Amino acid sequence: MSIFIDRNTKLVVQGITGRDGSFHAKQMLEYGTCVVAGVTPGKGGQKFENKVPIFDTVADAVAATGANTSVIYVPPPFAADAMMEAADSGISLVVCITEGVPVLDMTRVYPYVQDRKARLIGPNCPGLITPGVSKVGIIPGRICAAGNVGVVSRSGTLTYEVVYQLTRAGIGQTTCVGIGGDPINGTNFIDCLQAFEADPDTKAVAMMGEIGGTDEQQAAEFVRAHMTKPVVGFIAGQTAPPGRRMGHAGAIISGSAGTAAEKLDAFKAAGMGVAQRPADFVTLLQERL
Amino acid sequence: MNIHEYQAKDIFRRFGIPVPPGDVATSPDEAERIARAYGTGVVVKAQVHAGGRGKAGGVKLARTPADARAAAQQIIGMQIKGLTVPKVLVTPAADIASEAYAGIIVDRASKRAVYMVSPAGGIDIEEVAAKMPDRIMRLPVDPRYGLLPFEASRLGFFLYKENAKLAREAAKIMRQLWQAFTASGGSLAEINPLVVTTGGDLLALDAKMVIDDNELDRHPEIAALRDETAEDPSEVAARRANLTFIKLDGNVGCVVNGAGLAMATMDLVKYYGGEPANFLDIGGSSNPEKVVNALRIITRDPNVKAILFNIFGGITRTDDVANGIVAATRDTPLTVPMVIRLTGTNEEIAVQILQQHGFSAMTDMDEAVQKAVRLATGGKAA
Repeated sequence: MSIFIDRNTKLVVQGITGRDGSFHAKQMLEYGTCVVAGVTPGKGGQKFENKVPIFDTVADAVAATGANTSVIYVPPPFAADAMMEAADSGISLVVCITEGVPVLDMTRVYPYVQDRKARLIGPNCPGLITPGVSKVGIIPGRICAAGNVGVVSRSGTLTYEVVYQLTRAGIGQTTCVGIGGDPINGTNFIDCLQAFEADPDTKAVAMMGEIGGTDEQQAAEFVRAHMTKPVVGFIAGQTAPPGRRMGHAGAIISGSAGTAAEKLDAFKAAGMGVAQRPADFVTLLQERL
Repeated sequence: MNIHEYQAKDIFRRFGIPVPPGDVATSPDEAERIARAYGTGVVVKAQVHAGGRGKAGGVKLARTPADARAAAQQIIGMQIKGLTVPKVLVTPAADIASEAYAGIIVDRASKRAVYMVSPAGGIDIEEVAAKMPDRIMRLPVDPRYGLLPFEASRLGFFLYKENAKLAREAAKIMRQLWQAFTASGGSLAEINPLVVTTGGDLLALDAKMVIDDNELDRHPEIAALRDETAEDPSEVAARRANLTFIKLDGNVGCVVNGAGLAMATMDLVKYYGGEPANFLDIGGSSNPEKVVNALRIITRDPNVKAILFNIFGGITRTDDVANGIVAATRDTPLTVPMVIRLTGTNEEIAVQILQQHGFSAMTDMDEAVQKAVRLATGGKAA
């Protein structure tokens, strides 16, 4: 089992003919993801790699192929519209990889997607992967292995680092989810923790947060109150100065709020395992599995 | 992107918000001339992208043009929180009867733009929030409708309960602030203080705006407000090279791909007893050019005693990074030791390239960080 994506995932790639979209569409096909359609307005009727039909609109793609999941690689100015188009077309899981979506756009996208009962992951995220089954986004498939640890993270390459170390130590994953580094995103830690708690195959969760906001603190409270499975957490940015945006739009200590110390304290108070460095995940998870 | 107070005031003025007049001076001469033209007492205010200007001595009252000159002399070129003050705003001094606070921030928890207003103005709003939470009104704005007139009125009457005329005027300012904020692609807009003058008028005495970097392509007129003289030169160079760079005080220069891994690398440097010299993210799809620029920026910092590459190749091809390292060191050999850790996409090719040019590469992040810290401290730590 897994969360959010599985054998029934039928994927439409929005922006499939673009530079990033075409590269990653190929990678997903090679991984075995069921890519049923692509969307590029004006290129409807063509085929991607001689096999995936391209449509002008997401609605057309859904009607013709029954796609239930979408991944978005369109440039930032058009990403908000693409997310809303997917949700309005009946897609139930919308994954937005695009980095650089204006935050005021996201204040409009979020309620729009919610009203249509769709789940949004991202933006500015690496997507998700259920090892050996389906990959939606850009997480390198070869660093993952099937297993029983759920992984959720605000980062891209830091997730790869941790997953790579887990895999090398023989700890496989049910699903790895990158929720993205923006201040407003569609799916937060709690959503993923809830799903991992409900997934019978997931036996423990690795969670990588970072400075900025209170998502991790709320997640810790959720772990304390609602989770029976062990959770190990890490916070990136312990050495980050306040008031500076550390690459991710959401990674900023505002005033005295959102520091690594306050998040780590919340983890400890919730009885979670606390990884001081990425390598600690291996031992802390081994102890708990 | 930060903009200066005088630039934020220009934007506010365009949307009808009452702001005091003011002119910018880059020299004491100019400040004196401006003060003389106003013919009144003036305030000379440092224009710098840092908070706490007043406490740092960057805001001075000047009764005469000669005073204004002296104040400008002191303020221009001074350091506030590590940044050099490039210019001052000279503005007529106002007679203040009361001070309030009004601001819009993007709130992550409610996923909306939120108004925060308080009749306790002129001080740190975080402090008010902590000590007198009932003195703040928070009002999240539904993005589908924008700030509705009754909401603006609610804010206005919260600020000026006993004075309906002021409350209505404040409500109008709240609506104008919404226009200014959304039309500029803001992530923060703040009037602190919003004052009532002894003459009974409302005035935005100070203005602050932060623009969402992701909006700049949409608003070229706002992007043009960027003042590179007010920024750290290494950060300007990094931005031009499409790198995210933040200078810190340590001695281990870090070159990493991805923001989360870059932060985790800095943290690991600290964990092993070192101090990171910077945050630097070369991004997802790095090309050799980016690595060349990254090395150039890092080696400009005389504090850097060792350089650490930490590259996890996903989209980033590690052979691109290796080629960048070779290209960057060909013409200007490094004067400090370098530790290279790379793993992932095209790792074998990268290692081969590096070895051909006399570099060695490591694959374990912890070992690489420990080695870099050891080299930077001359073997004293880690």
